[in-house]
Amino acid sequence: MIAPRVKSVAMHAALAAAAMVVLLPVLWTALAAFKTQIALLRGDALFAPTLANFHELLFSRSSDYFAHFANSLVVATLSTALVLLVATLAAYSMVRMRWPPAVPALVLGFSLVFHMIPPITLVGPWYVMARALGVDDTYAALVLAHLTLHLPIGIAVMSVFVRDVPFELEEAARLDGCTTPQLLRRIVFPLVRPGLAATGILVFVFSWNEFAVALTLTGRHTATIPVAIARFAQEYEIKHGVMAAGAVLSVIPAILLLLFAQRSIVKGIIAGVGK
Amino acid sequence: MATAASGAARREGGAWRWLTLAPAATIYIALAVLPIANLVVMSFHDIRWADGIARWSAVGFRHYAELSRDPLFAAGLRNTVVFAVLAVGAEMVIGFVLAQWVSRAGRAEIVYRTVFLLPILLPGIVIGAIWKLMYNPDFGVVNQMLALAGIAGRDWLGDRALALGSVIAVDVWHWTPFVFLLLLAGLQSLPQDVHEAAKVDGAGTWTELRYVTLPMMLPTIAVTFAFRLIVSFKVFDEVYLLTGGGPGTATEVVSFTIYRRFFTEDRMGYGSAISVVVLFLLALTIVLALAATRRARERAAS
Repeated sequence: MIAPRVKSVAMHAALAAAAMVVLLPVLWTALAAFKTQIALLRGDALFAPTLANFHELLFSRSSDYFAHFANSLVVATLSTALVLLVATLAAYSMVRMRWPPAVPALVLGFSLVFHMIPPITLVGPWYVMARALGVDDTYAALVLAHLTLHLPIGIAVMSVFVRDVPFELEEAARLDGCTTPQLLRRIVFPLVRPGLAATGILVFVFSWNEFAVALTLTGRHTATIPVAIARFAQEYEIKHGVMAAGAVLSVIPAILLLLFAQRSIVKGIIAGVGK
Repeated sequence: MATAASGAARREGGAWRWLTLAPAATIYIALAVLPIANLVVMSFHDIRWADGIARWSAVGFRHYAELSRDPLFAAGLRNTVVFAVLAVGAEMVIGFVLAQWVSRAGRAEIVYRTVFLLPILLPGIVIGAIWKLMYNPDFGVVNQMLALAGIAGRDWLGDRALALGSVIAVDVWHWTPFVFLLLLAGLQSLPQDVHEAAKVDGAGTWTELRYVTLPMMLPTIAVTFAFRLIVSFKVFDEVYLLTGGGPGTATEVVSFTIYRRFFTEDRMGYGSAISVVVLFLLALTIVLALAATRRARERAAS
């Protein structure tokens, strides 16, 4: 009986080591955010923590971090809400209405392929469109772009959840005289709430993190946090500590969601790909 | 059975059948299909902005001719393929091993799963920032660790021979958790009695892995591999922050070539031509991948 125990201990040791490989870079960066430039450059393991980097990030005269944070919040919230609404309606239509089979096949097939296309290939035409319409550097342009980018995963995940809504319930409601909008509001949307949570969290995080499109469609007024962090790494005579501080603050939403909504995230990722 | 039942449970829906699908269809057509079509048209033109108005002049196939001789595009394509194969290969192997272990970890599973989920949720730009600090030749923690072991530090992102490998390592750190998650879900949906039957027959760990687990996991492995391989063409954020495609063309990838030609050099027509070719190559890869995953599924079923 000794061999299995030794094996199990070795396995847990290896897993713990892998967990360290994941965690240490993040922790090291978090520590770097509290170091002075000198402590950072010397590579001190022991140091007197300072809030100077955060102070410079948030309150220096050239800082716009709060504005960038607000931009990210607006864009991610609006695009997530729109994805949830549009995707759930589309999923309902495809799963519960009598379409010729080619229609849902086309929509789902296009979603799958579109999800795999590099966003950078679409940014060009989007930019030309936005500029021709005079909406570059507005929330509308980035929100619409993020809605388009994340609609495929929304439709894929919501289709899985809409399929699980008991059809008998719908029939009963209909016999009671429910119209389609009432049915959607009172039965479908409430019953797919776990799906909305899973999709909403994923889409919010993806939108919050998205860089390539935000870089090209935003300007001074609408730049989101990733764009701001990228600028830290380039424009200045690189201020490593400030960049680390910006990175640390930007991942707070993701870490909160990871701690409190892990189940939803896993469900969403698996439903989105592992069909 | 389930599909047959849900197939029957459908309604005509009348106007609402159209109204519910219309928003998604409109967005797909206006913001995905038309822009892709526009990309093709743009690729045959030179486009200049004058007073906020785009001026187009037709150039025929000139951009496509130029593209075939563009050293940057060639390097981007080569690096993207190397990047995709090496990064995704490593992610599959490490992800599978971790999934195997975690599926046997009992109550600790939730802890490991939470930790391993973290990189998927971080912004690519932040991951770039993290590793830019870690790889720093003067004070980065990578060289510090090596120094502890008495090994001389290297300039991980500035050395031509090392840069692509360094970027690949970051991608492996970023995306192995995603592979791990899908494979873990696959492992946990395998019927348990098969494992017990293998135990009863006295199969060792390796025999079970070779003759039971791997064949049954083949469809999941194939889908995950194909998906990651195709999606790895998207890589942009980390390269943007870590190396900007350099040194020289050592880490130039196609996404970055498109960005550079289109936005940095303001050559919209030419950038579009590169996009069109990349989309065409991707479509080809997707068709091949679908065929391969279908075969894997048939093999597992027989």
